[in-house]
Amino acid sequence: MSDTPTTPGYTPFPAAGNISDAEREDLRRHGILLTSLEELYGWGRSNSIWPLQFGLACCAIEMIAAATARFDIARFGAEIFRPSPRQADLMIVSGTVTKKMAPQVVRLWNQMPEPKYCIAMGACAISGGPFKQGYNVLKGIDRFIPVDIYIPGCPPRPEALLHGLTQLQEKIRAERVSGPQAARHLQPDAASEFPVPDYGPHDLTPPSNPAIFTAPVLPRKA
Amino acid sequence: METLEQIRDRLLARFPAAKVELVPNPGTAAEHSLLLDAVYAPEVARFLRDDPALRLDYCSNVTGVDWPEKEITDTVKKTVPDPAGGPAKVVEEKTKRIQPGYLEAVYHLYSMALKHGPVILRLRTGNRTDQVTLPSLTPVWRAADFQEREVFDLYGIIFSGHPDLRRILMWDGFKDHPMRKDYVSPDDFEWEPTPHGDVHERAKAHYPAAPAATPTPEAPKP
Repeated sequence: MSDTPTTPGYTPFPAAGNISDAEREDLRRHGILLTSLEELYGWGRSNSIWPLQFGLACCAIEMIAAATARFDIARFGAEIFRPSPRQADLMIVSGTVTKKMAPQVVRLWNQMPEPKYCIAMGACAISGGPFKQGYNVLKGIDRFIPVDIYIPGCPPRPEALLHGLTQLQEKIRAERVSGPQAARHLQPDAASEFPVPDYGPHDLTPPSNPAIFTAPVLPRKA
Repeated sequence: METLEQIRDRLLARFPAAKVELVPNPGTAAEHSLLLDAVYAPEVARFLRDDPALRLDYCSNVTGVDWPEKEITDTVKKTVPDPAGGPAKVVEEKTKRIQPGYLEAVYHLYSMALKHGPVILRLRTGNRTDQVTLPSLTPVWRAADFQEREVFDLYGIIFSGHPDLRRILMWDGFKDHPMRKDYVSPDDFEWEPTPHGDVHERAKAHYPAAPAATPTPEAPKP
């Protein structure tokens, strides 16, 4: 597929060729569907996100609730929780990541094939949450693996998880298949696996992956 | 159930060479406890479990306490006779002494058979550094197995006679004992949005250096 000249900036549904959205909609009413491979590809992938079936703490209970009939994550095509990382597209880090558990989480992430996405669900997975000042909890899973969607809450309601999932779907649909803005799995030099931290004598070594994590700098009063 | 004093007296009669001390709890809970001699602890424990009047067959909880070294000021009032023949003066004499630190293992015992309890046992180590071995009570109460491992992990008390003394919460290569008072947690305080107290002090080390004060150029006067 050649690079279509696109307007700079974000277009959620890139139109096929030079046909405007209004014209496409007009054709659709006459039974003619026009689309691009990119759009079709994103549509298909975004509606069949298979999460990895694992939970770390109480957020996992909300994740389970999201999979039940009441909240029904199947409405968004993400109901097939896979017990194997080889078959999963999405890692929902649902709960407190202790430092003892962190290497296993990173290893699971490395075992997932591209394209893969990560949702940090709840305060603990984002920043350590209420255990942030403890010695044994990782202060955010984004210290070791790249996170696509952060869902705040302690724990987030199932609706919040579903909202995060729809946000991720929008993100997937907006990904390009070529060019500099192509999705990560289509860029040959983009990192897909990340170093697994070791158990050190006092902390994980390294305590974070400097290639993907730098602590935000806040303006401070002295 | 017998009072703790009666239990102590019976223990002293049964084990004349052992030291059994009653440690009163001045708080409203009034959970007084028995301080046992480390050498005789397994025999005393077996006696408490098998004695027909006590039958303390259930060890519900094992925990550790860290008592760091502390300075105690003793105040003694002395009456000093006045050499001039006047009335005697009352002088307060203050002496400072260092109370050596030690580690403590605390066992809470109940009787399922006779429906009574708790009886609380304490064992103390010689110090906090090299004499940290206590006899394990796991051969007496199997329930103490994991909890003694936890005390070993977090406080560093070595239980001799324990069937499988390994760390249970932290990883095997971990060197510290995090529940000790002098434990210093790893320095990952670089991203603390709203720190306070001790955390604030530690987070300050990561604050960006204040920019050098540059004098603002004065506006040219018209």
